[in-house]
Amino acid sequence: MSDLSFVRTEMLPEKAPPASEIGIVGWLRHNLFSGWVNSILTIISLAAIYGVLSVLIPYVFLSVWNAESLNECREIMNETWGSSHGHACWAVINERWLQLLFGFYPPEFYWRPILSLVLLVVALAPILYSDRVSSKLLIVTALYPFIMPWLMWGGSVWGTVSVAFGFVAGYLVLKYATEALGELFAMIAGAVVAIVWWLFIAGMFVGAMDAILPIALETVQSRKFGGFMLAILLGVVAIGCSLPIGIVLALGRQSHLPIVKWLCVCFIEFIRGVPLITLLFVASLLLNIFLPPGTNFDIILRVMIMVTLFASAYMAEVIRGGLAALPRGQYEGADSLGLDYWQSQRLIIMPQALKISIPGIVSTFIGVFKDTTLVSIIGLFDVIGLTHAIRADTAWNGIYWELFAFIALLFFIVCFSMSRYSMYLERKLRTDHK
Amino acid sequence: MSELSTAREIDRSKMQVSDEVAIEINNMNKWYGTFHVLRDINLTVNQGERIVIAGPSGSGKSTLIRCLNALEEHQKGKIVVDGTELSNDLKNIDKIRREVGMVFQHFNLFPHLSILENLTLAPIWVRKTPRKEAEETAMHFLEKVKIPEQADKFPGQLSGGQQQRVAIARSLCMKPRIMLFDEPTSALDPEMIKEVLDTMIELAEEGMTMLCVTHEMGFARQVANRVIFMDAGQIVEQNEPEEFFNNPQSERTKLFLSQILGH
Ligand SMILES: Nc1ncnc2c1ncn2[C@@H]1O[C@H](COP(=O)(O)OP(=O)(O)O)[C@@H](O)[C@H]1O
Ligand SMILES: [Mg+2]
Repeated sequence: MSDLSFVRTEMLPEKAPPASEIGIVGWLRHNLFSGWVNSILTIISLAAIYGVLSVLIPYVFLSVWNAESLNECREIMNETWGSSHGHACWAVINERWLQLLFGFYPPEFYWRPILSLVLLVVALAPILYSDRVSSKLLIVTALYPFIMPWLMWGGSVWGTVSVAFGFVAGYLVLKYATEALGELFAMIAGAVVAIVWWLFIAGMFVGAMDAILPIALETVQSRKFGGFMLAILLGVVAIGCSLPIGIVLALGRQSHLPIVKWLCVCFIEFIRGVPLITLLFVASLLLNIFLPPGTNFDIILRVMIMVTLFASAYMAEVIRGGLAALPRGQYEGADSLGLDYWQSQRLIIMPQALKISIPGIVSTFIGVFKDTTLVSIIGLFDVIGLTHAIRADTAWNGIYWELFAFIALLFFIVCFSMSRYSMYLERKLRTDHK
Repeated sequence: MSELSTAREIDRSKMQVSDEVAIEINNMNKWYGTFHVLRDINLTVNQGERIVIAGPSGSGKSTLIRCLNALEEHQKGKIVVDGTELSNDLKNIDKIRREVGMVFQHFNLFPHLSILENLTLAPIWVRKTPRKEAEETAMHFLEKVKIPEQADKFPGQLSGGQQQRVAIARSLCMKPRIMLFDEPTSALDPEMIKEVLDTMIELAEEGMTMLCVTHEMGFARQVANRVIFMDAGQIVEQNEPEEFFNNPQSERTKLFLSQILGH
């Protein structure tokens, strides 16, 4: 090694890469034209994209916004572009968008679903953005399940208050009787108090209060409900209820008590084994046979229950997957510290299991939300049902694409938001390499 | 395995064994299905004792100490911990778990909670300590295990040795009277073993009653007042560390020691 004649003592500075490697040209070379196979694929793809866009852009943007009927639309298109094909007739949306959104809900009361939606955002904010929104807003979240039905269906405010009061009474009994009776009996006592209140006392209470201080919103019948509003209503209820029910079912399925376990397994497997549409037919037709004649069991309520049960069964399985992914050490760590079953579930197990399950949970949410369109088959006027109603009008007979494009857009906005939120949440909850 | 080379002398002033019985095990037996994993275990541990349990893999060491806080259920015999008999009574189990801390091979920290939250969780929910007080206690123990600056991080951001020290601190926050260790250093890289053992030595110096399953024979020599050797679900022999290492009685112990000490 001694006869080395030259040793570099300083490193040469890095050279700037040649122009062909950077900038747009470099990017194109690397990503689109690296090798001739890729170049051919790129060219084919570009041709395909051009083909689609050259039809789609004129269809969407060279379109008719103001017309009374499909025929008028076509005449305008013929005059303007010389052909009635290849151009959208958005006039139908322009004329009917309120109906597509609200169904047959009375227009003078549109403020009620709109207010419900605004309150929904307020109620969700402290849950969805718990780190940025004051937890004081949780009071809205707690009241929302009572306010929303009152706003949507109307009726005496005292009915709502009495329903809420049943929950409060049951909770108070549970809270103050736990020490005296133990958890299980306090729970039973709480449930009994609430049920007795609802069945026997609430009616008198409502009657008395209405006589003293009548505050009521005009009632809106369930058959007036429809449009995208119905999808959101069903979706929110099913999503909101299926998560807690799913958690309970998933825990029940893991229970050491055989009866609890088998009840949960049977429920989950039965619901998952049956198509939603069957359950909806049961809700709309069969229940009428089983219920005593004359009972007026609201059709939307029945559908809500079925969609919720359906979603809960799927949710239970998604959450069970999350539970199974947790190492046993987490249970043992919690046990060894003396946490009891509910504490360790609530503080240790569920937060982690739910976090693992976020993608599955949100997929289920999205699936359920889209499945709400199936109610059109049992005769409810959700957005899909309304397209039939709109086509039944001779003015719009024969119009399809524009309506479905609009519906697709509505669903896409909601579903895409859910999907983005779940990605945000996953990022936020990452605790390993922050 | 590695001999401990602690620079300082161990302070034995508080390492006194009292007459008070901490744990009493009488003719305890346990089966997994038909597999008889623990046979006729008899053991009395006094308050202040530091016991090291050694033995080949699969001999039932983990099962034994996991029975002491009812992570595993025993089927026959009697276990009394700190004056409370372990039975199916959930109240007793909860009571014992509050008094007995446990440190696991794989730490079992809660990854979704910060270090501070890991430490304050049980005091707040189980002992009903006010949050502020629980946080002060937690910081006190984090300082003791020498990582107070990590309080706001998450377990996944710490090294293995740090995580295990957090796990020890987490148990200490419940102010237990007895500490169980199940191979606390086996999952650690060699350079981190010492920091965890140092923490355990300090704990011993303060007079904590400790049962440690470990293969750290240096630790056993320096800290333990009794070494127990288990094989095939039985306690084969037990003795003071000097006697145990220099003068093992049974053939199985000799074989085990020759393997583990590499002679
Ligand atoms: N949950 C279990 N079910 C069945 N067998 C088990 C279970 N846990 C441990 N064992 C068996 O019991 C024996 C003792 O295990 P363990 O106490 O973990 O041993 P050690 O900690 O001494 O290595 C081993 O043979 C192991 O395979
Ligand atoms: Mg073991």
